[in-house]
Amino acid sequence: MDRTERKVMIRLSGVEKEYRLGQIGSGTLHRDLQSWWARRQGREDPNSRIGQAARVEGDRLLALRGIDLTVYEGECLGIIGGNGAGKSTLLKLISRVTAPTRGSLDLYGRVTSMLEVGTGFHGEMTGLENIYLNGAILGMNTREIREVLEEIIDFSEVRDFIDTPVKRYSSGMYVKLGFSVAAHLKSEIVIMDEVLAVGDMAFQKKCIDRMLHAAHEENRTVLYVSHNMNTVRQLCDRCIVLDQGRIIYDGDTEEAIRYYSEYLERERGLQRDLRDYIRRDRNLTGICRVEEAGADNNEVRIGEDLCFRIGLRCRENRDNVRLRLLVCNSQGTIVGMTFSEPCRVREGYNRLQCAFSTEPLAAGAYICDIVVCEFEKNIQIRHDFVSKVLAFRINENEMYFGQPWTVRNWGNVRLSPVRIDAAEEGDDA
Amino acid sequence: MNENKGYHIHITAEESPMTRNLREVWEYRDLIRLLTERSFKLIYKQTILGPIWILLNPLLTSGIYTAVFGEMAGLSTAGVPKFLFYFCSHTLWTFFADCLSKNSSTFITNANVFGKVYFPRLTIPISTMLSAFIQFLIQMAMVSVILIWHVVRGEVHPDWRLFPLLIPVLLLTGLLGLGLGILISSITTKYRDLRYLVSFGLHLWMYITPVIYPVSQFSGGLIRKILLLNPMTALMELFRMALLGTGYLEPASLASTLVFTLLAVWGGVKIFNRVERTFIDTV
Repeated sequence: MDRTERKVMIRLSGVEKEYRLGQIGSGTLHRDLQSWWARRQGREDPNSRIGQAARVEGDRLLALRGIDLTVYEGECLGIIGGNGAGKSTLLKLISRVTAPTRGSLDLYGRVTSMLEVGTGFHGEMTGLENIYLNGAILGMNTREIREVLEEIIDFSEVRDFIDTPVKRYSSGMYVKLGFSVAAHLKSEIVIMDEVLAVGDMAFQKKCIDRMLHAAHEENRTVLYVSHNMNTVRQLCDRCIVLDQGRIIYDGDTEEAIRYYSEYLERERGLQRDLRDYIRRDRNLTGICRVEEAGADNNEVRIGEDLCFRIGLRCRENRDNVRLRLLVCNSQGTIVGMTFSEPCRVREGYNRLQCAFSTEPLAAGAYICDIVVCEFEKNIQIRHDFVSKVLAFRINENEMYFGQPWTVRNWGNVRLSPVRIDAAEEGDDA
Repeated sequence: MNENKGYHIHITAEESPMTRNLREVWEYRDLIRLLTERSFKLIYKQTILGPIWILLNPLLTSGIYTAVFGEMAGLSTAGVPKFLFYFCSHTLWTFFADCLSKNSSTFITNANVFGKVYFPRLTIPISTMLSAFIQFLIQMAMVSVILIWHVVRGEVHPDWRLFPLLIPVLLLTGLLGLGLGILISSITTKYRDLRYLVSFGLHLWMYITPVIYPVSQFSGGLIRKILLLNPMTALMELFRMALLGTGYLEPASLASTLVFTLLAVWGGVKIFNRVERTFIDTV
């Protein structure tokens, strides 16, 4: 069907959402009065951050920066983007949990939001009681819930426990019941934020089928946010990519996913400025700090060396500084670790040109944590720790003993081959 | 473009009209009913005596009042048997105090649900008021039993024609508690200080309300002026007038009640509506 002839269900025009950062205005009455009094007297506000006295109103974050979006009836729209791109804020606005700072939203149907499964469930109440209450919170009246009650219970697979308080449910049962209620409501617009991530594979499949049915047979509009590209692929026929509060791509799902992953690699890619990078580890000496890290070329062939440069700023001369790399796969699981030789660094800025062999790694995307450390007997002193900063990809162009390597079944590490020391012919045992 | 006929909401940065909000509250009336049921089911979960506490609580309190204020301090109860007087006053005061204190934390205690799903937020305070009212009705059954016993013995002489007065008295009490409660809950999203003031403030308020003494105790002076300005005074006196046949009412006092209640409800709903839109960003 031509898009222009389809019913509009959601329209956003120029939507912006601003959040206030830090402590301003969000403290106690006492501090607000103090600030107000200081401003009246023409003095500096004692509660503004140091160095920002002139712009008390300035600490703001634009989570969404002018979103224009139209979603049609029966459409399954995927929303992807990195952390902090504004996905959840967008869903919160459409589900009316919070209001926009500027711009307007038009909704042409009732909205069921699954920003969380089982919102408002109360542990002391039975499954059945919770179905009614959760349904009512999501906007259905008792009669409407009664009509679909049997379907909900069947779908949830917890019929035997429906009169048991949900505090005795396993987390899987809890989620199944929560999803079932939301999925069977008669609203025209359904919003889901990463809810399919929970529950077992079989149930996940059932949920996706249910949502596809909702969109294609019942002509409902589905908005789905996820980091799991497989479920986005299965469910969505249109996809938008968000970055820093803007829509940077809108169109076909496959294209959007490709656009997003290329974009990610570009972002993480070659050179990175790490001066303002936030360190999670609190026990760092800070004597040497990584200020830059980047691969010369972040695509290598299997078995090739990965060459990269590190910029280190040091407060004093050290003779035995080592680099340590923690290599993680695309799921974030650590697959291995390696140290560098000890190296001498001088006070000031040091450039290190490094390389390490990717020989044992199977094809795929990887990202490394970089640690700068020193050994003192068997104690390791850490000067700096920056996580997930050096990304690279190993391209698949070699068979392993004539077999294609499947990471899912075989893992990321290609161990050295098994040696057969003796092979003798003989009878059983 | 062919747009969906019928359902349409337009959301902007500006406040949404009050009429739409109130219409939505009506559409969610089943939710109000279910929430009221829930709070009632959950009140005394995992206690041995269960719902008996609803009666035991005021019985014990009234007993203590009788001993401390009635016998030891010797306060007057305008000729009404002391226990009945205290029980009666305490029941109405509890209804008011529950409405106020439970609603004053609406936003903070429900932040989790409010952050995940939209529904008219006013449904929560309304259901809180209703469940406080049901508790009140149960306690009133007990009040009636004691009252009838005293009437049979000829110790109190209520005027049955004044009974209908109870309806406006209860309505005003509930609304005053609700209005002040949601007003406080809206302000506490920004200033947590108020939360600590609520229980203390209510305690203080009880002593400047004729709960443990009748207004007739004071014939003049500053205390009487304060008493007459207090919006709960007229309600308390009217309540006892209808039930026990003794009470004192001054037009100024009644006017204070009406003005105060109207302001609290209007201001409360208005500010509540404004805060509910974006409170989740600051809470």
